[in-house]
Amino acid sequence: MHQRRINRDADNWVRLRLRADFGAMILERVVQMKIHEYQGKAILREFGIPVPRGQACFSVEEAVAAAQSLGGPVWVVKAQIHAGGRGKGGGVKVAKSLEEVRQFAQQILGMQLVTHQTGAAGQTVRRLLIEEGAQIAREFYVGMVVDRAAQRVALIASSEGGMEIEDVARHSPEKIHTVRIDPVTGLSDADAAQVVRAIGMPDAAGAEAVAVLQGLYRAFVGKDAMLAEINPLVLTADNRVIALDAKFNFDSNALYRHPEIVALRDLDEEDPAEIEASQFDLSYISLDGDIGCLVNGAGLAMATMDIIKLYGGSPANFLDVGGGATTEKVTEAFKLMLKNPGLKAILVNIFGGIMKCDVIAEGVVAAARQVSLTVPLVVRLEGTNVDLGKRILADSGLPIIAANDMADAAEKVVSAAKG
Amino acid sequence: MSILINKNTRVITQGMTGKVGQFHTQQCRAYANGENCFVAGVNPKKAGENFEGIPVYASVRDAKAATGATVSVIYVPPAGAAAAIDEAVEAELDLVICITEGIPVHDMLKTRYKMAGRKTLLIGPNCPGLITPDEIKIGIMPGHIHRKGRIGVVSRSGTLTYEAVGQLTVLGYGQSSCVGIGGDPINGLKHIDVMRLFNDDPETDAVIMVGEIGGTDEEECARWIKDNMQKPVVGFIAGVTAPPGKRMGHAGAIISGGQGGAEDKLAVMEECGIHITRNPAEMGRLMQKVLRG
Repeated sequence: MHQRRINRDADNWVRLRLRADFGAMILERVVQMKIHEYQGKAILREFGIPVPRGQACFSVEEAVAAAQSLGGPVWVVKAQIHAGGRGKGGGVKVAKSLEEVRQFAQQILGMQLVTHQTGAAGQTVRRLLIEEGAQIAREFYVGMVVDRAAQRVALIASSEGGMEIEDVARHSPEKIHTVRIDPVTGLSDADAAQVVRAIGMPDAAGAEAVAVLQGLYRAFVGKDAMLAEINPLVLTADNRVIALDAKFNFDSNALYRHPEIVALRDLDEEDPAEIEASQFDLSYISLDGDIGCLVNGAGLAMATMDIIKLYGGSPANFLDVGGGATTEKVTEAFKLMLKNPGLKAILVNIFGGIMKCDVIAEGVVAAARQVSLTVPLVVRLEGTNVDLGKRILADSGLPIIAANDMADAAEKVVSAAKG
Repeated sequence: MSILINKNTRVITQGMTGKVGQFHTQQCRAYANGENCFVAGVNPKKAGENFEGIPVYASVRDAKAATGATVSVIYVPPAGAAAAIDEAVEAELDLVICITEGIPVHDMLKTRYKMAGRKTLLIGPNCPGLITPDEIKIGIMPGHIHRKGRIGVVSRSGTLTYEAVGQLTVLGYGQSSCVGIGGDPINGLKHIDVMRLFNDDPETDAVIMVGEIGGTDEEECARWIKDNMQKPVVGFIAGVTAPPGKRMGHAGAIISGGQGGAEDKLAVMEECGIHITRNPAEMGRLMQKVLRG
């Protein structure tokens, strides 16, 4: 639990927390930092992988000027948000004149782009990438992830580029080719060449494709990536290989050694509540329900959400205060939860280990006084000095509903939320 | 008996002289036979000094040679923690327990690679450690919630492990050993490894396994249990209500061949004969019900 303090001292960013990982289907206990496509392409270029010439733009005028300097006859206008599926949502357009570049830039900049990864509300487009068009003969998929079972970096490639790779895996698993990479030797020429052949890359482009895979692996390791995808990697009519898209997620725990990656962070793409939480070393994720949860430990926090649901309620957030639930942190956590206008009740569930319950109780009381609570508060304390902690809550004069165990707490908070 | 550690285990603390290491070394020493168990610390800059009477050595190798210790616990900050594990492995310790949270994944990939074929077992990183009640506690868990007994506990999380232990203790069921294997994607012992040890331990009658979403470790363990386990297992998976992300899967899921969702895990566990509960407040009572038949 005190590990968290070390981490905060080292770097506020460097910590594990649980959050929705872009591109992952479920919550996982690894925070990954995301970047935009144009930033990912700059990294690819740095590692020798060919990408189309292009320019990031923040206004329509910049977009037109960029198109002019790139030269025609065809440009691609691409919305830059931290979510995939942009094309289907209307965020990627091919322009055949400068007038069309202007028109599409006007359409896309400022739009709420809704994709299967953004949720129903969509994401506001604030940046564009203007690129030269490419003559596409074929499209491939190339990706790298950390394979936890094999404890290796895995290279995944497929002849079916430009599609959702999980759809390919479902319908045509034989078209997915995978190599686990030896961390000492790296991606060998032989392994890379075998994958390149397996996905049907013509021999004329074989050497270039091998260089792309090896460059991607060097980027993946060199930048402490958790996920890298080029989808599609295209083959042009004249047998050149170009990365038409780029996606990178980075290990937040390694950002202390990558200031150049930290500099790419775009706060507009993140939930303001989560940004605020991270400043106080809290792990916070907004959810759709109406019961705020404040818990110590990620596993117990998930279990608390589960039990609320089991008793017929719905959690408004995931919130892990970590080991050191100080008055300051608890106060900030209350403030964060109370910003949610739909909040109907709060459940505090703390298993005090080394952290004593009386200290936590004092923190909860002080925090509750400071934020002038407007919703019912249920508190379940367990662990060291629990009796003293409960007495502090009872003597506070605050309308705190005490609970004896997790089930009792869930029942009480669900009933309180229903009013 | 118990698994992995007992009152005769001798422990080296890597990172003992830091604030975190000092605090938890005091706590561990104050628990049961801790006074005799924690025999050495490591810090190359402070070799020859001592912390409350525990001698500090320049390296794990020196500490092992001087004390005969076979286990180490690591509180070294994240940037140096993987190297600390490497040092313990090179010194051929039997077991290393890494408490440190926040080690870069690529560091752990290299460390795990170097561990292949070596004798040292790793627990963690990012874990509470392990305890054999009334004998020895190595890690950051609160000792007083445990009772000596015959139930094994293995878990990926910290406070949720305490929750399971607390429920058992309240119902009068003590624990043989409790192992927090940690929540990081690249780690040492998995559920299946600890389950094997509990199966072979004559002083363990039954096991609570606490998992969470992500990866497929629980499924692998469940399949092993179906074919091999001689003792009842109660299981819980945290994260049934964790919101699904914005698409159905990603490259990682393709690799692991599983979705890693809580319901998938629970379904496999149930199929394999594990007594599952969806209610985290019921882990202890379900164990009671199973044991009473």
